[in-house]
Amino acid sequence: MLSIKNLHASVEGKEILKGINLEIKAGEVHAIMGPNGSGKSTLAQVLAGNDAFEVTSGSVTMHGEDLLEKATEERARDGVFLAFQYPVEIPGVSNLQFMRTSVNAMRHHRGESEMNAAEFMKMAREISKQVDLDPAFLKRGVNEGFSGGEKKRNEIMQALMLQPKLAILDETDSGLDIDALKVVSDGVNALRAEDRAILMVTHYQRLLDHIVPDFVHVLAEGKIVKSGGRELALELEERGYAWLGIKDDETAASSAN
Amino acid sequence: MTTANKEVNELIKREYEHGFVTDIEVDTFEPGLNEDVITRLSEIKKEPQFMLEWRLKAYRRWLEMEEPDWAHLGYERIDYNDISYYSAPKRKEDMPQSLDEVDPELLRTYERLGIPLHEHAKLAGVAVDAVFDSVSVATTFKEPLAKAGVIFCSISEAVRDYPELVQKYLGTVVPHTDNFFAGLNAAVFSDGTFVYVPKGVRCPMELSTYFRINAANTGQFERTLIIADEGSYVSYLEGCTAPMRDENQLHAAVVELIALDDAEIKYSTVQNWYPGDENGKGGIYNFVTKRAACIGKNSKVSWTQVETGSAITWKYPSCILRGEGSVGEFYSVALTHNYQQADTGTKMIHLGKNTTSTIISKGISAGKSSNVYRGLVKFGPRAEGARNFTECDSLLIGDQCGAHTFPYIESLNKSAIVEHEATTSKVSDEQMFLCRQRGIDMERAVSMIVNGFCKDVFKELPMEFAVEAGKLLEVSLEGSVG
Ligand SMILES: Nc1ncnc2c1ncn2[C@@H]1O[C@H](COP(=O)(O)OP(=O)(O)OP(=O)(O)O)[C@@H](O)[C@H]1O
Ligand SMILES: [Mg+2]
Repeated sequence: MLSIKNLHASVEGKEILKGINLEIKAGEVHAIMGPNGSGKSTLAQVLAGNDAFEVTSGSVTMHGEDLLEKATEERARDGVFLAFQYPVEIPGVSNLQFMRTSVNAMRHHRGESEMNAAEFMKMAREISKQVDLDPAFLKRGVNEGFSGGEKKRNEIMQALMLQPKLAILDETDSGLDIDALKVVSDGVNALRAEDRAILMVTHYQRLLDHIVPDFVHVLAEGKIVKSGGRELALELEERGYAWLGIKDDETAASSAN
Repeated sequence: MTTANKEVNELIKREYEHGFVTDIEVDTFEPGLNEDVITRLSEIKKEPQFMLEWRLKAYRRWLEMEEPDWAHLGYERIDYNDISYYSAPKRKEDMPQSLDEVDPELLRTYERLGIPLHEHAKLAGVAVDAVFDSVSVATTFKEPLAKAGVIFCSISEAVRDYPELVQKYLGTVVPHTDNFFAGLNAAVFSDGTFVYVPKGVRCPMELSTYFRINAANTGQFERTLIIADEGSYVSYLEGCTAPMRDENQLHAAVVELIALDDAEIKYSTVQNWYPGDENGKGGIYNFVTKRAACIGKNSKVSWTQVETGSAITWKYPSCILRGEGSVGEFYSVALTHNYQQADTGTKMIHLGKNTTSTIISKGISAGKSSNVYRGLVKFGPRAEGARNFTECDSLLIGDQCGAHTFPYIESLNKSAIVEHEATTSKVSDEQMFLCRQRGIDMERAVSMIVNGFCKDVFKELPMEFAVEAGKLLEVSLEGSVG
């Protein structure tokens, strides 16, 4: 479903991704791990089409179509979803209005009619319960004054509303307490589906206890240096990144908790 | 330049929707201003003698006045002898007695502008006074209003039919000596709206005036006078548009509001005069003096304005809070793009005890525009216990525009309390990316972000117009990204 070939990308003239190769099939869950600054978020942003990053070579196709030539919003409408590592605030625009605009933009693209306010409200309430966010959050400005954990749950909520084809989750598990981690992983598991692929960036193997990935990849200095199954994450936890020949400072320490 | 900025700059290229010209036979004065012109104007309007004398006195004084240059605005000096001071659709003999007699071409014009003048049409429930260039062409719902005792008519009619009221109040809030443009207006004002709400009456419907400039090289000098007698309430809205023309046109209006004891006036403006093209050519020069006198105790005036049009806006709707416990409010959204310049704000003059005022100003600048908030909060020596709250927020779209705030505070009373908050923010690349990542196109995204920014002001607008204002903002922003 998603095929990344020899992808190079840079930001402000500095090369960050240095030849990524990755094949993801529908129904699979892939975890990406790796030290801080190795390019995990960059990969996520490049896939979503953030033009702050320049793709210098390589290709990405989704369902056989060239993803890179499409604008961000077109990719989104084709089913690419990114849960941000640092969700941004939009003051004064209610979460509800934002999500409704988003859902209707997607529906419009599929040639479906807009969802009316009542229908939408019903769906939004149900899903907000699913991620354990008080429906009062729907009326607040997008991420406005949300705590770190609330922002992450809000991202998962949006994924559940939009039912994407490819869900890219950038450290959606970071900064969550134990209960929230459970809620978020339940949400991600609810997203698992035959026709959907999930690519999740994480530092913590403990997330992978809840969401069992089909593949684990280690990204270091802009390249995937090792791929394996679930057991690779356990090994990383025990041994850090050093045995892979990766310069590793904080990450080994932080992932060993 | 970052990506979102590039996008946003593009979004602002957009055709002005109301730019058409109505082809209609008109009577227009030759350009030029002198006592003869004023006398002729007064004659055409069949004004009583006092009115002509009032005009001439203002004119003589105006000749000695200087055009102000303190505002943060740049424009070529206006030659006041190059302007025509009267233009009106030709009509058979007298004023049309009913809507059926109004020229169909005019009715179509207002239809196109979304202001159908048929009482059964879309704006049922809102009474409209339609002013076309120098004259009022129709006023709707006069009868039901009259039944409630509300006078709602053109100011020209009021001068003829209610001379006592006009003479008692005209120029009491904005005297002709007030400023250059107010002086000019007093001399040559053409038409506008007059409202009188009697004691204890809650006006049964929204009142509105729709101003349309059509003729070329003509100034529009309307004058509006609203009097809310004791314990009454009225909500009034004005809208404005003009054709697209390469020359700048002058609009110098005066609005006076008078609120007696326990009366409340809510005055909303959606100003969408032609802003000029993307190179800054053409557009309306909007030099307006709007002021309210809260004479009565516990009276209240709120100004809500959404300013998206005009090449230049120079406008400070103000409140003189004389009555004890009177309240003044100013809610403003001013959006500028391309080469538009806005210098707008308010003055809250606290004279009476326990008077309060609230100022919420949202300035949005895009393109190469300049957007200035200028506000004065003044407390007189007798303003015991008076307070003001001011919030001024600026939102920048792109990186070639400017936003400035000049808040002035003068206090002659130690007990007065002022709170002031100000913020400046940008539509960020990250916000744009988030929206687009959720499938929302750039134009929608910008307008959604801007609407969110303006929320506190929009909620003050009458329901019917809050939606319109949101849409207008969307239209005005089109072309600012892409
Ligand atoms: N906009 C930018 N401008 C300059 N450098 C950037 C920018 N975005 C990312 N980088 C750099 O690119 C490198 C990779 O960053 P990225 O965010 O992809 O790392 P990451 O693997 O997600 O790290 P973390 O685990 O800390 O989230 C870092 O060195 C970072 O400083
Ligand atoms: Mg990251």
